[in-house]
Amino acid sequence: MSGPNKQYDPVEVATLDPAHLDAAVTAAFAAFAAAGSLEELKTARLAHVDKGAVAAAKREIGALPPSAKADAGKRVGAALAELGRALAARTVELEAERDRRILVEEAVDVTMPVGRRALGARHPLTLTTQRLQDAFVGMGWEVVEGPEVESEWMNFDALNLGKDHPARQMQDTFFVDPPDGGLVLRTQTSPVQIRTMLDREPPIYVVSTGKVFRTDELDATHTPVFHQIEALAVDKGLTMAHLRGAIDHFVRVMFGEGTRTRVRASYFPFTEPSMETDFVCFACHGDGRTNDAPDGAPELLRACRTCGGSGWIELGGSGMVNRKVLTACGIDPDVYTGFAFGLGIERALQLRSGVTDMRDIVEGDVRFSQQFGMEV
Amino acid sequence: MRIPLSWLADHVDLAPGATGRDVAAAFVSVGLEEEDLHGGDVTGPIVVGRVLSFSDEPQKNGKVIRWCTVDVGPHGQMESERIAQEIVCGAHNFEVGDLVVVVLPGAVLPGGFAIAARKTYGHVSHGMICAEDELGLGTDHAGIIVLDTYLGADAAAEVRPGDDAIALLGLAEEVVEVNVTPDRGYCFSVRGLAREYWHALGSPEGGFRDPAAVPTPAPSPTGYAVELTDETPLEDRTGCDRFVTRVVRGVDPTRPSPAWMQQRLTQMGMRPISLAVDITNYVMLAVGQPLHAYDLAKLSGPIVVRRARPGEHLTTLDAVDRTLDPEDLLITDGGEVPLALAGVMGGATSEIDASTTDVLVEAAHFDPTTIARSSRRHKLISEASKRFERGVDPDLAPAAAQLVVDLLVEHGGGTADPGVTDVDRTSRRAAYLLEVDLPSRLVGHRYPRERVVEILRDLGCTVVDGSVVDASDGPKGAHVLVTSPSWRPDLVDGPDYVEEVARVNGYDNIPSVTPTPTRGRGLTHAQRVGRLVANALVGRGATEVLTYPFVAESLADAFGLAADDERRSATRVANPLSDEAPLMRTSVLASLVEALRRNVSRGQKDIAIFELGSVTLPGPDSEHTAPVPGVERRPDPETVAAIEAALPRQPRHVAVVEVGEAERAGWWGPGRAVDWSDLVDAARAVAAALALELTVEADPDHAPWHPGRCARISLPDGTLVGHAGELHPKVLATLGLPPRTCAAELDVEVLTVASASATRFEAFSTFPLAFTDVALVVDAVVTAAEVETALRSGAGEWLESVTLFDVYAGDQVGAGLKSLAYRLAFRADGRTLTTEEVNGFRDAAVAAASAAVGAVQR
Repeated sequence: MSGPNKQYDPVEVATLDPAHLDAAVTAAFAAFAAAGSLEELKTARLAHVDKGAVAAAKREIGALPPSAKADAGKRVGAALAELGRALAARTVELEAERDRRILVEEAVDVTMPVGRRALGARHPLTLTTQRLQDAFVGMGWEVVEGPEVESEWMNFDALNLGKDHPARQMQDTFFVDPPDGGLVLRTQTSPVQIRTMLDREPPIYVVSTGKVFRTDELDATHTPVFHQIEALAVDKGLTMAHLRGAIDHFVRVMFGEGTRTRVRASYFPFTEPSMETDFVCFACHGDGRTNDAPDGAPELLRACRTCGGSGWIELGGSGMVNRKVLTACGIDPDVYTGFAFGLGIERALQLRSGVTDMRDIVEGDVRFSQQFGMEV
Repeated sequence: MRIPLSWLADHVDLAPGATGRDVAAAFVSVGLEEEDLHGGDVTGPIVVGRVLSFSDEPQKNGKVIRWCTVDVGPHGQMESERIAQEIVCGAHNFEVGDLVVVVLPGAVLPGGFAIAARKTYGHVSHGMICAEDELGLGTDHAGIIVLDTYLGADAAAEVRPGDDAIALLGLAEEVVEVNVTPDRGYCFSVRGLAREYWHALGSPEGGFRDPAAVPTPAPSPTGYAVELTDETPLEDRTGCDRFVTRVVRGVDPTRPSPAWMQQRLTQMGMRPISLAVDITNYVMLAVGQPLHAYDLAKLSGPIVVRRARPGEHLTTLDAVDRTLDPEDLLITDGGEVPLALAGVMGGATSEIDASTTDVLVEAAHFDPTTIARSSRRHKLISEASKRFERGVDPDLAPAAAQLVVDLLVEHGGGTADPGVTDVDRTSRRAAYLLEVDLPSRLVGHRYPRERVVEILRDLGCTVVDGSVVDASDGPKGAHVLVTSPSWRPDLVDGPDYVEEVARVNGYDNIPSVTPTPTRGRGLTHAQRVGRLVANALVGRGATEVLTYPFVAESLADAFGLAADDERRSATRVANPLSDEAPLMRTSVLASLVEALRRNVSRGQKDIAIFELGSVTLPGPDSEHTAPVPGVERRPDPETVAAIEAALPRQPRHVAVVEVGEAERAGWWGPGRAVDWSDLVDAARAVAAALALELTVEADPDHAPWHPGRCARISLPDGTLVGHAGELHPKVLATLGLPPRTCAAELDVEVLTVASASATRFEAFSTFPLAFTDVALVVDAVVTAAEVETALRSGAGEWLESVTLFDVYAGDQVGAGLKSLAYRLAFRADGRTLTTEEVNGFRDAAVAAASAAVGAVQR
């Protein structure tokens, strides 16, 4: 114990008493713990750290005799450090609690409807067109386009559809007025092939996509304005095997690996030999018969409406480019061969997405496009 | 073309157990597409019935139903009580005592229609009396089948109530219908289809029996006189190059055609008419040669074939009086009286009738082009014209005539005249020197020489070794000399034969080899622009739609277009689907408003739609006639240029229409209505997607927009891009569109050209940005664009942006004035700007605005 101080004040000295100091620290701890908020903690700090017994003890160290100062200073310092740690720890606790509470208070009902701004969508037909284009571009082909109001020569003559061909009649083709002016609304995208062959030297690997016109009234399966994609390749040594390969690749890309197809001979003026590719019907899976009856009664088995009972759906025509067509475009048919194939994009969309009524595609109802977003 | 399996089996051995489906599949394998399958889907009981009584009962719906009792033999509903079958029938074309076809409960009709006793019109109908179409026999639904007329009295006399009608009418037999492509006219016959089926089975030796292989007598001078003339052949081909006539006398006109023949005609989709007509139809179906039977008693002179004279008339068998064209080919009596429109339809004057006993049979060969044109000109497609325009075997006429003669003698009791006429001017078919390797080369599959020759011979070609005439340098035996059979006029050159080889060998055997182009450059800039423009608009919440490009003539007025507006010059469709919409659109907006209207009518209120597509701009003075050059060689550049010049300009445009709320009202607060600025902003978004800047000016004179709310959008160099804003209230009222509808239309070609070159990067400063605000009072008529341009011109090189953040007009600025508040942002390269510098720039900008538009700083 230190010796008596000449300014010894027994009352004040009591605050430096170890037991007294311990009690003060314990009281401060209790006050910190009792503080339920950062504000209360601040009050507790003021009462027990900035003021109160420990602060008083600190002040009184100076009054002690030098021999006692070091010992008292050490004890007060330790007490203050202890309080500081406790205070910091409680502050962290209370801050975390406050943050939690604020987040809870700020919580909203995220299930409330949103949609302040409308969401747009592309038309699935243009998306299907893009998908088809991309499939070919991925194979190294290019996309070409041409005018919708087209010359008869490009649309018919150059494609070996002579003057007497039935397709050139008014009941199939829209003619531009005057009807003998040599202009029509193109009935196929094939004139773009002619334009390409007039423009470019082989090798040519292009697909043309776009709008075409036929004089069909709009109903569930017909539309006077529809879309086609046609592929044309002209190169040395191209064969029907290449044609089949290109179609097979395209079918895999568009409809998946397992899609069954068949090919058969056909006739188109612009190709020879010609070929038709069929798909297995997606509705009856090739059976040709469907049964509408819930109990599957055999007498209600009827021809499949989707494929008409054959089990197959026509994908599109194709063939080796007719020598006459190459000649009309100035390409030597003894040097180059070519193949072409085409299909209706509406049909591709129907097959891919189960659109059964053509009117939904052409009527411009936003609810149709909006089902598809930005990708078919 | 249809083919009943039993008829097919007469001429080719069917695969054992072959069903209709199997036969259809076999046809598909040789390139004949399956169209339909008839018959075989009927199950009994379907029986013969005799009408015992009926009463006609008017119904509330205006119909009169016939409540009948019918004797159906031992099949009756209450046979034990001797009560006849009670049936409700809607038809009235029968009498008591008539024999009819009755479908009894439990039967199933084509299409899966199960028949049961059911209550209808106040009675329980125990079955139904059938019309042709209900049994799949034809398309006739005019009345029910009365067997006495349907089968003929003789045949009907043989049947009894209760007899099985399925067997009687051949309903159980399957009939395959295939689609015949225009190059294969010979398949419009049992003869052709039997041959094709035979090929599908691998052309087994002796498996095909040609129905046309009958001995024919040599022509004789005593035959009926025939003269073939043609002063104006089409495309150098004479109208008729073969004409065979035969005469059969003493035919009994009361004899019906045999039931088996009637049944086959019915199965083929034709109606039995009379013995002579049925026989000519039957032989035509059998071998593919259209035939005509004339009443010999109605002819006087020789038969003269010639082109029609201007103004000449002919009443055809369908009772239509037709004015003939000098291109039409006629069969005439003595050169003067037209008897028939050759190869299309006979005339009424020489028609076989109930008193005809002596028959002149015609079997001729006509030029396909002549027949095709006549058929189309007169809108008359007959069984004959269908075959002639696709090409009929020119060697077939004598055999076909013989078959008709034989049947007339056998079933009509006639006697054939010994005289036979056969005027034959057909030319020999040219042989083609075929490179034996060509099929392998063009198909990409190896066909050995023997296989090629075998297939060609099976097809009916004559094949000889080409070395006898082979002048080429190739190895010996590299060529064969092929002559196509008379029924295959479509086989002309190499690729035609290649298709035959590949087809008969099976298209399924063609391998699949993916071609590997190596020069692809991806999508073009224009193609990418199209996608970007559409995607940019979708990003703003618009939905893409497609519309037809056909618009009404009245739309130009409804849009309020000025008399000299370029958009009034439209391409007109000569044969529009609707006379209401004969013009091609000159703006996308013109057809997009239709889609808007439809969406509104279906209950949509907040709509933002767009379409990217072509417009057709022929211009006011364009020449619309495009040359149609030949195809023997590439047209010269001038001709191609002339074709291009005749086409109207067809740029791609994008149009956007928006109405309703741009931002929706909801729990978050009120919505914001679409206004003109949303459309200008849409244009800006499109341009920004292409890294293009746009200039906006007021355009008070651009229909169909609101004169005070229309922005002219251009490129900085002044090139017009399009317009955006609110549509004219009057236009909206006229078209019945919602008020305050806003729209934009932009020329995507202009945007494409402008964005074609790669965007150049411009370095930017990383030093701090300094802002200063300035409020300017200007005359109310001064536009924001003018003020901004002036500010920019005076603000100096470090100006980064000008933002209009407030517009005020009112008491505090005075009448006729407005206050525009701008925030100017400055940033320098390489250093931080001082406040003094920024203030200096601002003052210079204000000074420029003062000078340019009289702006006064507030």
